[in-house]
Amino acid sequence: MASFIIRRFAQAMVVLLVMSLLVFAGVYVIGNPIDVLISPDATQAIRQQVIEQYGFDLPIWQQYLHFLQRLLTGDLGSSFVFNMPVATLIAQKLPATLELTLIAVLFASAVGIPLGIYAGYRPDNIAARVIMAASILGFSVPTFWIGLMLIMVFAVQFGILPAGGRGETRALFGVPFSFLTLDGWSHLILPALNLSLFKMSMMCRLAASGTREVMLTDTIKFARAAGIAERTILRRHVLKLISIPLVTVFGLELGSTLAFALVTETIFSWPGLGKLIVDSITSLDRPVMVAYLMLVSALFVVINLCVDLAYAALDPRLRHGGQ
Amino acid sequence: MRRLIPDCATGGSKMATAISTGAVSPFAQFWHDFRRNKVAVVALGVVALIVFVAIFAALIVPQDPYDLKSLVLRDARRPPGYVGRDGMLHLLGTDSQGRDLLSAIVYGLRISLQMGLMAGAIAFAIGAVVGCSAAYIGGRLEALIMRIVDLQLSFPAILLAFVVAAILGQGKQQLILALVFAQYAYFVRTAHGAAAAERQKDYVQAALSVPMGGWFVITRHILPNALPPLIVVATVQVASAISLEATLSFLGVGLPATEPSLGMLIANGFQYLMSGRYWIAIYPGVALIILIMAINLVGDQIRDQLNPRLRK
Repeated sequence: MASFIIRRFAQAMVVLLVMSLLVFAGVYVIGNPIDVLISPDATQAIRQQVIEQYGFDLPIWQQYLHFLQRLLTGDLGSSFVFNMPVATLIAQKLPATLELTLIAVLFASAVGIPLGIYAGYRPDNIAARVIMAASILGFSVPTFWIGLMLIMVFAVQFGILPAGGRGETRALFGVPFSFLTLDGWSHLILPALNLSLFKMSMMCRLAASGTREVMLTDTIKFARAAGIAERTILRRHVLKLISIPLVTVFGLELGSTLAFALVTETIFSWPGLGKLIVDSITSLDRPVMVAYLMLVSALFVVINLCVDLAYAALDPRLRHGGQ
Repeated sequence: MRRLIPDCATGGSKMATAISTGAVSPFAQFWHDFRRNKVAVVALGVVALIVFVAIFAALIVPQDPYDLKSLVLRDARRPPGYVGRDGMLHLLGTDSQGRDLLSAIVYGLRISLQMGLMAGAIAFAIGAVVGCSAAYIGGRLEALIMRIVDLQLSFPAILLAFVVAAILGQGKQQLILALVFAQYAYFVRTAHGAAAAERQKDYVQAALSVPMGGWFVITRHILPNALPPLIVVATVQVASAISLEATLSFLGVGLPATEPSLGMLIANGFQYLMSGRYWIAIYPGVALIILIMAINLVGDQIRDQLNPRLRK
């Protein structure tokens, strides 16, 4: 196990190194780094100073090493637009995004899994067919479009929910969160619903196909023969048996929901990381872009590492497979 | 073949005789199976109609939406059914520049379709060549290629496309490149899976023992057998490329304003949604959803037909 962990960890490091190379190539080589890092209205003296500070007069491989060095020491540069260190800026925006994604994924699971189990339990029922058809719709319709519909119906037509912003927040450990106030919830509900619909369809379909398979197994036959109530069978046995793939998806989807959040956050003006990156691309705030890209790739590498390690812990074949 | 005969009792006796005498091409057989799913047939009809409309856009639409001379600013943001100053009926209303929305949607469909098909075709070609070659060559190179592909698949496509599009900037070529980058890995994975299975089979071993050139074996033997799963992936990926393109254009990193796809039309209409002028954003969205749903439904049916596990 130890050698597997070390090997997998080394792989993750290589991936991060490759990502840093790609981001470096993307932002520093394709675009002109001087235009990227120095605001256009800087004076000649400041220009010269920054060029020397970041070593743009050095050969390209040395520049890359410096870039790496700065990344490792956590120096992500300063945002042009907000005029503050990028690390601080991201730390400010991260809680809003985490709150939104977490609630969206929890909501998707809490609604999607029971619906899926029902659809798999009674596949020929009309309600089950409606659920499955709706889940196809949830797959096909782009997220941003559903967001627009939600705004149109709930914010414009009925005027019962706000169309954007975070609402009133309350601090928890010094970090502001919306889910602690009623006003915050009213702002949270539409974007969270929007973000969760795609995941909900996926969870629902996974649960449905899993349930259909499990219902045919001997486990269920024996449980029924033992006279256990159907409800108990579903809760105790089916849910347990279909939960392994669902847990994997839950973990992986947490990451991809963070990525999808950039669409939802833009539509609902949710002041999180996704909106920050979209805004910084429009305003060519490249230090923020670099930091976001590195952060997200690091996050994905960590998630994949955790999933692989969890698999290895569950399945002994994987531990020795590569040797 | 055999499984077709009982179905034909209801489907038509002509087909049954044709099949039993073996006079049916694989395509006719495929179509015969396809026709039984009415939803898929309707979806195919919708796709065909949209492709037709997109190709002959200039002949169909009431107004060239990008001919600035024909735009009347006073007719801007009019609701559906409005009759313009020049007596033209705007069936779906007009947008913020007085453009006939129906015409703009047809042109938008054309651009969206173009993007999805181009990106899909390039990703398909890359995937088929790289995947089949990797399976054929084997060894370390195969392991390396598949490792990279797996790594890419662990990132969501929208994130990859967004990042590449953001780095490359706006433009048709840039956007296609971004979409291809986000999607080629699916094709490589599928082609590799199918080709690796074929590689083991006796007929490939026999072809190699002759000896025939590697390229010849890949293109003549391995690739044709890897095609069915690739076609299924292609339909799904074209639909998702169209959706991705719309999302990127909506976010402002997709096409430039001079080439408005459906995503950009929706983005333009977004600001008017709040004031109740819903049609500017809604109708392009409805067109987009119909297109994506229709392609997905056709793809679903093709997948079911090509899936050996569902064949009795």
